[in-house]
Amino acid sequence: MGKELFLIFLSALLVNNILLIRFIALCSFFGVSSRMETSIGMGFAVIFVMMVSTVISWSIDHFLLQPYNLLFLKTTFFILVIASLVQLEEMFLRKYVPALYRAMGIYLPLVTTNCAILWGALYVVERSNHFNLLQSIICSLGVSLGYTLAIILFASIRERIQAAPIPKAFQGAPISFITASLMSLAFLGFVGLFGLQL
Amino acid sequence: MAKLSTFTDGLVKENIVLRLMIGLCPVLAVSTTATDAFGMGIAATFVLVCSNICISAVRKLTPDQIRIPIFIIIISTFVTLTDYFMNAYAPTLHKSLGLFIPLIVVNCIILARAEAFAYKNDLFSSILDGLGTGLGFIGAIGLMGLVREILGNGSVFGYKLAAGLFSPAIIMILPPGGFIAMAFIMAALNHFTRKEAC
Repeated sequence: MGKELFLIFLSALLVNNILLIRFIALCSFFGVSSRMETSIGMGFAVIFVMMVSTVISWSIDHFLLQPYNLLFLKTTFFILVIASLVQLEEMFLRKYVPALYRAMGIYLPLVTTNCAILWGALYVVERSNHFNLLQSIICSLGVSLGYTLAIILFASIRERIQAAPIPKAFQGAPISFITASLMSLAFLGFVGLFGLQL
Repeated sequence: MAKLSTFTDGLVKENIVLRLMIGLCPVLAVSTTATDAFGMGIAATFVLVCSNICISAVRKLTPDQIRIPIFIIIISTFVTLTDYFMNAYAPTLHKSLGLFIPLIVVNCIILARAEAFAYKNDLFSSILDGLGTGLGFIGAIGLMGLVREILGNGSVFGYKLAAGLFSPAIIMILPPGGFIAMAFIMAALNHFTRKEAC
């Protein structure tokens, strides 16, 4: 049981890394990673929102959509739940955990349009036929930690790159893509770790 | 003339992917073959044009405070339609695009055009804007698909090019290849447009 959970976690964290292997949430990956603080804020906002939204969407799928055969409403349901959940979490945090609220700042509302959250929900639910709630939580923890890991690594590389001499045509976005490509190559090396596949 | 420019602006000058760098996820993720890339481009364009039409049609009835949830419901309706339509009539394409079809909901392109254009303009210009932006998107994702399929698999739309000309570099159809192809396309665009400016 423990080994299985560990493999689910590792697969989501490294082998199927959401940013570098699965190509989800790239807008935020390139958008907020120019500075370290912003990427950390975004990373933690994603972890927090994704954990909560996975639990809720797993329950909706398990107790509402599947028994009543409403699967065609899946996309609409999930996106509405996520959007309202983010608002709710924002109000809750502002009232009860102001320190965390300040740390996440503007990134909490931005997370609504971050495709990572919807993808996380859909990815877990697609497997919900054989994932129970605990496995879904572990999986989404892996996915969101993978997001944070990749974006923090990327931000620290980008901060160094700003001082480097770069060919004119590659300045700005292109060099970031080259960097991301090399990181993605490195993460591809995790394929086969403990027999895990893409 | 002004109408025409709403259409042509989206093609190159304000190309949503290459210039504004939004909606990157599908461009990198499903461009491993030209067929997938064009399929994705057409699906997203369909959703974009339809949601632009609807949002523009109900813009006078939409209360300002809850416009975003309304946009999202309209968009997710068309996404679900596309999802089920493709599942019925193009099952292989549906299978290879996978979760990226429901993710069109959170594709920033569509919400961006709804908010920035369709909500403020009349029906006809919204259709033109949707078509222009959509064709710009198809162009970008199709170019990526062609480049990656030719270099990575030595074929175009599944047809083998003269084998033996070069041996395909598999890296181009793996995740890092997406980033590399994007970097070089953007760098080329930077290079040539800068020359024009001088």
